Amino acid sequence: MDSIVTHAPDFFSDTKPGSTKLISRSLWNRILSFFCVGLSLLTLIPLVSIVYLVLKNGLPLLKWSVFTELPPAAGMVGGGFGNAVLGTLVMVGLGLVISAPIGILSAIYINEYAPSSRLAQAVRIVAKLLTGIPSIICGVFAFAVVVATTGAFSAYAGGVALAVLMLPTILLTSEQALLGVQHAFREASYGLGATKFQTIVRIVLPDALPAIMTGIMLAVARAAGETAPLIFTALFSQFWAKSLSEPTASLSVLIYNFSTVPFPHQVQMAWTASLVLVAFVTLANITAQLVFSKKH
Amino acid sequence: MTETSARSVDAKHVSPGRPDFLTVRNFDFFYGKKQALFDITMDIPEKRVTALIGPSGCGKSTLLRNFNRMNELIDGIRHSGDIRLLGQSIFDKTVEVIALRRSVGMVFQKSNPFPKSIYENVVYGLRIGGESKKSVLDEAVERSLRGAALWDEAKDRLHESALGLSGGQMQRLCIARAIANRPKVLLMDEPCSALDPIATVKVEELIHELKQEFTIIIVTHNMQQATRCSDKTAFFYLGKLIEFAETQKIFSNPVQKQTEDYITGRFG
Repeated sequence: MDSIVTHAPDFFSDTKPGSTKLISRSLWNRILSFFCVGLSLLTLIPLVSIVYLVLKNGLPLLKWSVFTELPPAAGMVGGGFGNAVLGTLVMVGLGLVISAPIGILSAIYINEYAPSSRLAQAVRIVAKLLTGIPSIICGVFAFAVVVATTGAFSAYAGGVALAVLMLPTILLTSEQALLGVQHAFREASYGLGATKFQTIVRIVLPDALPAIMTGIMLAVARAAGETAPLIFTALFSQFWAKSLSEPTASLSVLIYNFSTVPFPHQVQMAWTASLVLVAFVTLANITAQLVFSKKH
Repeated sequence: MTETSARSVDAKHVSPGRPDFLTVRNFDFFYGKKQALFDITMDIPEKRVTALIGPSGCGKSTLLRNFNRMNELIDGIRHSGDIRLLGQSIFDKTVEVIALRRSVGMVFQKSNPFPKSIYENVVYGLRIGGESKKSVLDEAVERSLRGAALWDEAKDRLHESALGLSGGQMQRLCIARAIANRPKVLLMDEPCSALDPIATVKVEELIHELKQEFTIIIVTHNMQQATRCSDKTAFFYLGKLIEFAETQKIFSNPVQKQTEDYITGRFG
């Protein structure tokens, strides 16, 4: 009884009686919180300044005609980059058409059919290694496989390069998505007499789909912005592509080309193209987030 | 597997069913090198409730999961001996495991409805069996939900997500989903262990109803539950079947010392 009374005044103090600490625990707490907030704000600086610069320099030339007209010749004004927008969409689409089925089906194999097999382990390791490979290597690969054999720069070659770039992202996020499906759902399905195929198609894939879509959108967002794999696969073109087997313009290569020329109009157009590209990538990311959060 | 209409008529009115409906003979089971079941021999009677009890790790769930060959989802398992349903070995090469699992339904410890509507949960077994006629599916939904005592609560929200149900309702939905397949045997792996007492009573009453139609095998940790809802009880210990008899006899007058120790709470 005595002790309760004597310690009562200390009850709400955050230092023990007789403590020699100069800084109390709650002060430490405030200092650390301050640091975290400060550093978080610091990370916003590059992001915000990129968006600011792109908007400031890109907006003046942004009008509908940039999506419909061809790039201006050197020293000329006006024009747009419709062929580059189309080229980026086509090549990212091609890359997706190649990489998504391979990535998703491989993920199904290594997660559902033979998770502990040698092949599955090899696929996992290779996919992880691929994520770390510089994108220019994907370009070199596509150059060797497509450009060198067909003898021409083409949208196909660009698509293959982007597919190699996207494949590991799609495969690994799909595997995570499948891993995230509760084992209890699979058990219930098997318990009701479903085959493995039925279980995967009716239960596992629908449940994993939002997360797989997120992976695909992230891969698309990354691929759309890449320049290196396209420079020596699709090259560039001043004109509308007539087929998939000829050199094709892309936003990223256009930005690269136009930002290094001495003509102010072209440089400004590179800013506008950057704005379009950033908007496209942001849109893809936001879509991915929305689709994913709707489910979870 | 032949089912004569004469027997099912019999079962409804007079006979409690075949005493050797499901038979286990000299059954050994291994996970890799570890032996989980030792020389199990028992006859499970038709349209009765058989409880499998025993301390954790005694093999009761392993045995249960052999009746529908769910253990085959695990790598490195093997068995010797035999399990027969209506005289037919369930391990026979001519038996398709997907067909076996339709006639030996299972309800899991943690209710696991699919993230689909109540309706789609119930008809899942029929759909994967190739049934798509709406009249058949509708009929199965009503019959199964009535059978699982869930119809009144669910009939106005059949197309809402099953994940909006309460824990007890979810478990009864899982029972409805299992009986929609019209199984011969219903396996229940601690079906009430995640439920509150009121939901538990409902499921136990349901088990009592269901044995009119199905042969039920239930694994339980709860000895009161075994006494309340089972006709026969099998006590397992360290992978061996120690004693198997009428529930009343097991709990009032067990033959084996280990059984007595377990049911009186001296170990386990």
